[in-house]
Amino acid sequence: MSTITNAGAPTRADGTISLTELREQQPRFQGFVGGHRACVGCGQALAARLVTEAAGPDVAVANATGCLEVFSTAWPDSAWRVPWLHSLFENAGAIASGMEAAYKARGVSAKVLAFAGDGGTFDIGFQSLSGMIERNHNVLYVCYDNEAYMNTGIQRSSSTPHAAATTTSPAGRERLGKRHMKKDILQIVAAHHMPYAATASVAYPSDLRKKVRRAMEIEGTTFLLVHSPCPLGWRHDGAKSVEVARLAVTTGLVPIIELERGSLTGSMPIREPRPVVDYLRAQGRFEHLFVDTPAAREELEHIQALANYNMERYQLRGSGHDARDTAGADTVRRGGVRWA
Amino acid sequence: MRQALEGSQAIARAVALCRPDVVSAYPITPQTHIVENIAKLVADGELKCEYVSVESEHSAASVALGAAAAGARAYTASASQGILLMCEVLYDIAGLRIPMVLTCANRAVSAPLSIWNDHQDSMAVRDAGWIQIHCADNQEAVDTTIQAFRIAQDTDLPVMVCVDGFTLTHTLEPIELPTQQQVDDFLPPFVFARALDPRKPLSIGTMATPDWFTEARHSHHGAVLAAAEVIAAADADWQRITGRCGGGLLAVDGPDDARIGVVCMGSITGTLQDARAASPELPAARIIRLRSYRPFPAQALREACAGLDQVVVLERALAPGGVGIVGAEVRAALYGTPDAPRVQSVAAGLGGRDMPLTTYARLIALAQAEATTDFAILDVELDKLPEADRYAAAAMAGGQA
Repeated sequence: MSTITNAGAPTRADGTISLTELREQQPRFQGFVGGHRACVGCGQALAARLVTEAAGPDVAVANATGCLEVFSTAWPDSAWRVPWLHSLFENAGAIASGMEAAYKARGVSAKVLAFAGDGGTFDIGFQSLSGMIERNHNVLYVCYDNEAYMNTGIQRSSSTPHAAATTTSPAGRERLGKRHMKKDILQIVAAHHMPYAATASVAYPSDLRKKVRRAMEIEGTTFLLVHSPCPLGWRHDGAKSVEVARLAVTTGLVPIIELERGSLTGSMPIREPRPVVDYLRAQGRFEHLFVDTPAAREELEHIQALANYNMERYQLRGSGHDARDTAGADTVRRGGVRWA
Repeated sequence: MRQALEGSQAIARAVALCRPDVVSAYPITPQTHIVENIAKLVADGELKCEYVSVESEHSAASVALGAAAAGARAYTASASQGILLMCEVLYDIAGLRIPMVLTCANRAVSAPLSIWNDHQDSMAVRDAGWIQIHCADNQEAVDTTIQAFRIAQDTDLPVMVCVDGFTLTHTLEPIELPTQQQVDDFLPPFVFARALDPRKPLSIGTMATPDWFTEARHSHHGAVLAAAEVIAAADADWQRITGRCGGGLLAVDGPDDARIGVVCMGSITGTLQDARAASPELPAARIIRLRSYRPFPAQALREACAGLDQVVVLERALAPGGVGIVGAEVRAALYGTPDAPRVQSVAAGLGGRDMPLTTYARLIALAQAEATTDFAILDVELDKLPEADRYAAAAMAGGQA
């Protein structure tokens, strides 16, 4: 922790320290800084900043090919303040495994973080991810899920939700966007009986930070799936990213949950569930569903049913005012329920 | 101490003597005995390292990449389809200038499926930017493996040690294993200046715009060329310590007044030498074995070919529709030199086809023939094929030469 110091801590005349002022002044470690080339409102850039802040400086990052790698570097510039290795698209799990093995062999105390998008996780990198989890390398794998191949120009991945239009699952006279369901990567990953696998959203930074810290403390493979809006691919205003991300959660389409050794151990209750159309209408990738045809109506009903299924499956319906529910979780609290 | 060891077992022991930090392994014939033997050394506590059993060769290479980038001495081994599955990782390792060592137990590439020896696999990644060193026998495989770790760290380049599958990997030979002291004297502890270190954060593997890509490639190309001196120096140092050397960049063997030269790589060398000794009625050829294939030792080859009228290149891989892969490079290296010999090229021993002592006589006959064979496959038995597939120009059919 050599870069974090309390040397500048505010001290009162009587020698005591003001905790309030200290909290305000405490330097926050930043592993990923500005000056990169992400689009306005990029969910992935926000998520990467939150994850690296929470993870702290004693880390090394293995980054799959994708937007994050491309917009954060271009020789000789880099937005990374932590050791960072990019190799290929599908081998983040494997290079992270190698880095972890090296640190173990050399007695270096550093946690390895693996970063990949949904393409690099659900699709092409799935095999090396599975191998890494099976061998239980001490790695926190973070998938920044923006639900399509955004770096190459919005092509469908196995993470793209049903009915979303992408350039390779376009809407047209015969098709209403993607015909297949979003792959349930969290359950697949958790089926490796790994210590910790969770979802998070950029709309709930406190929850995200808390989960990163939780994962960092666990010796073994942990997995975090972070729902990260892509204004370009989802077709919404860049200023609306957090709003759209919050709707994904409050409609029940993106359940915020924790699985330990495959069992559900936590979920973020939804205080006021919203209909899925609120989320869908906010994005151009679903605009073809808002026409008055039987097929479109059926599709909207289908998507609502998926949300309802999540609500039941993960017990997402909130019981009332709960500091950890969707209305409370993004409130910064000092005192009472400790802010995460 | 001299002992009878299987090639793979000897290579595994050589790797262990180099004190690797991380070994990644995925099984493929004929490489398996190497990684099995290393696993056993780890299980018996004779080798302390992280042994990572991965789920594919792609990950085997990637684990080694990540490990070396994080400051570990890293090793893996593969062959054939495994080398091809690794292909993009091999390019990446070299482009990132990551020092590591890989043993390629040379094997043919599908289809048709063949587990037997030729050089198609390492040839397929010839341009990946690795150093490639071919071994003539298992003693040299042991010595070269140890040298490879030093060459890698002295050049910031990955080194592929090529050994003929089965012919070497599965053959028992009397081997002189060096002592741990000898290896420690030769090979300093692994230090990688660009290692991923939280105290000194670096970004490795950034994107390069067109403004930078050419310069990165220039540095890489120059480093591989400059590695020639490091390879020769490592072999010379090894000789000082053990009394054995592999021949530096290429090994030349035969009479000074020879008019015919045979250029080859790998374990066929011994067969050709034996055949030459057993055939006093034939002209004694100068046998030139390329030990370093990348970097290609063009200058050493020109010197080795001085005085020759004829050069026949024995290829162990095929570029369908092209000419001999090694032959083309030999021809290019000799082009324009005064009194350049005629260069012919034939492929033999593809997919494990036996290369008997009589191969030597056929190469001599080719050198003595009036007609020039730019390239052909030496040992095709045309009568096995349907009429339509008997391409006369592509084959030196049995007894033809």
